[in-house]
Amino acid sequence: MPENHDGGVRPAAVTARGWGWRHAGRSKPAVHALDLDIRPGERVLLLGPSGAGKSTLLHALAGVLGDSDADDAGTSDRDDADESGELLIDGAPPRSRRGRAGLMQQDPETQVVLSRLGDDVAFGAENLSVPRDEIWRRVHEALDDVGLSHLPLNHPTSALSGGQKQRLALAGILAMRPGLLLLDEPTANLDPEGVLEVRDAVGRCLDKTGATLVVVEHRVAAWKDLVDRIVVLQPGSAADGAVLIDGTPDEVLEQARGMLTAAGVWVPGYVPETRRRSGAALTPPSGHNAGQLLLAAETLAVSRERPRRRGFRSVPPEPVLRDVTAQVRAGEALTVTGPNGAGKSTFALTLAGLLPPVAGKVSATVELSAGAGIDPYQWRAEQLIARIGTVFQEPEHQFVTGRVLDELQFGPRHLGHGEERVDELLERLRLTHLVDANPYTLSGGEKRRLSVATVLAAHPQVLVLDEPTFGQDANTWAELASFLSELLDAGTAVVSVTHDEEFTQVLGGTELRLGSGGRLEPRPAEPTSEQAAT
Amino acid sequence: MRDALTLAGNRAVLTRANPLAKFAAVFLITLVLALSIDWMSASVALVCELLVFPLAGLTFSLLWQRGWPLILAAAVGGWSTSILSADSGRILLDVGLWSMSEGSLQLGLGFLLRGLAIALPAVLLMSCTDPTDLADALAQKARLPHRFVLGTLAAMRLVGLMAEEWQTIGMARRARGVGSRGNPWQRMRATLGQSFGLLVQAIRRATRLAVTMEARGFGGASRTWARPSTYSVLDVWVVLGGVLIAGGAVAAALWAGTWNMVWLEGS
Repeated sequence: MPENHDGGVRPAAVTARGWGWRHAGRSKPAVHALDLDIRPGERVLLLGPSGAGKSTLLHALAGVLGDSDADDAGTSDRDDADESGELLIDGAPPRSRRGRAGLMQQDPETQVVLSRLGDDVAFGAENLSVPRDEIWRRVHEALDDVGLSHLPLNHPTSALSGGQKQRLALAGILAMRPGLLLLDEPTANLDPEGVLEVRDAVGRCLDKTGATLVVVEHRVAAWKDLVDRIVVLQPGSAADGAVLIDGTPDEVLEQARGMLTAAGVWVPGYVPETRRRSGAALTPPSGHNAGQLLLAAETLAVSRERPRRRGFRSVPPEPVLRDVTAQVRAGEALTVTGPNGAGKSTFALTLAGLLPPVAGKVSATVELSAGAGIDPYQWRAEQLIARIGTVFQEPEHQFVTGRVLDELQFGPRHLGHGEERVDELLERLRLTHLVDANPYTLSGGEKRRLSVATVLAAHPQVLVLDEPTFGQDANTWAELASFLSELLDAGTAVVSVTHDEEFTQVLGGTELRLGSGGRLEPRPAEPTSEQAAT
Repeated sequence: MRDALTLAGNRAVLTRANPLAKFAAVFLITLVLALSIDWMSASVALVCELLVFPLAGLTFSLLWQRGWPLILAAAVGGWSTSILSADSGRILLDVGLWSMSEGSLQLGLGFLLRGLAIALPAVLLMSCTDPTDLADALAQKARLPHRFVLGTLAAMRLVGLMAEEWQTIGMARRARGVGSRGNPWQRMRATLGQSFGLLVQAIRRATRLAVTMEARGFGGASRTWARPSTYSVLDVWVVLGGVLIAGGAVAAALWAGTWNMVWLEGS
């Protein structure tokens, strides 16, 4: 039974002694020989390369490890999984401590359970058999703490932004009065404002309740000042213990800066080295027509919705964005920026011939269309991929086979040419050792690299990317940025939708800032003097 | 909390009734109409239903927007019955194979009205019942297992998400060169592939949602309810209304001599 009916929060202590976990069907353990003590009220940031078992540890502490596995595509069976040593919350196994720990995961959509704001916050408290009056008292308090009290209790949860959904999840957790907050990359899927919103809400709640915090997050800068300890884990395959470094944020970041950046952690103040543009726009390599207009949007209005039927009438959808004019040119980058909900992705998908325009038009020039017609939306799929390649935000949406190699050969096979490029892409994007793997089982960074490679295998002249750097570690980020700058130099046009300032900086070119009337703001590429120096 | 707006601002009286009471009323009406194909019982029920409409916060234009497929289906059913059923009485229309007589017209009209009278209560029920309230009532009043009811409710929220996901996957696959256009065979294959993609995503989302729910303590033997599902005087009126409409329809049909039990039809 829950022990916290009185409403007070007692911070929880975490103890791990030689704890290890091997997922079902895996030969190597996700976590091996973990020794860790977290005092009540301590705030810990967990770092480490992907595969270091950070999520596994959080799931174990939340008492949800074993029966369902959020991170693996394969089904896991509790009987086959293997646990060793002990992991305790306040001296007892997490499973027996229902409600002592609250877990927030990465995907905002799956952090919401019910369709009305107040009901969703109440859900956890209901499950802990908290009396009704107390539940509503907690709901109001929790919503106040996370800064959502201005919304009515029956506000539809589907109408919330990503950052608001994560804050709602936090409120739902707070209403359970947990002594331990577990945050598994809570801000990886959010735009910069959303990150701060959630980070600040977490900070306020911790200050108020004094609960223990364990957070996993790649972007250290946002969380560094909120935590008082950083623990760096290493993969379970490592022979010695699971904890690599343990100390205060300043100590760890100073001592292990090199190691952390090598592991792809976003250490504050560190922008990974990337290849610089060679200045293709100024001196195009022979054979490429840099600056050549390929694709143009004219007074474009976009929407994801199709015309709706109302009785016999067909009603065109209300555009999320209208009157956008933009040009896509060979060897030049176009970066689409703007606040959440401005219609950036919808615009990019319309430009890429995947959505029909609501008004205005998208037209391909002869150089791009090569006889396929002027409107990309009317092209057949094979015609489209050889001309405009689109990389979606979620790589899994684009996987069409069960093997990395098949995935890469899929485009060229359909086109009947270009298979020779596959090996080069495998090599270039470091996927060679994974050719036989199932795409769904790759890590986040590997999936991203694969999704870019598969689209490029069809050799499109225009590449459209939707938030390519979302949730990526610094290494994948740098690789991606360098690779794209190479493509630009080779004459490919790159259109990217992004919130990422540094990424925009690396690619240079033109910035299309949406949500402000679709105006174009030319942004100078890297300073010419530096280009000359490299 | 209780007089909160449900279903996008619908504040009508019937939104406050217990979903189970509404369900009972709709069930009674549907049952009676299923028993007999005659225009009298159907039109009495239909007229009564239309009178109740404002109480559910519905207007005719809203009804048409939400229920037009059902209305159309009822109309087509009535039309085809009237031209295809065995003729009796005076022939009104004769175009080769198709003929319409007084008897068949009456039967067709009965069909049309009955279709409408059965469809409308369902539309009405959906327009003034919040799924969360329905789940509360099913778990607390009908005593269905709460794990099952709440699990279904949470899964239903994902269905809307899946509709968006379907569109996104369709576009993502086109961007990989999988065409959804072409001959029927190609289209079917594309749809199958897209379905598989959706299935994978649905399982992922459902798994993560299950983790979220479990981490919030879901799955225990007992729980409390933040929203009590209660019966009120209004619910008595709702059920009574259902009884009156159903009873009135039967009485009117018997009085007019049109009562026509389905299984006795044709005899």
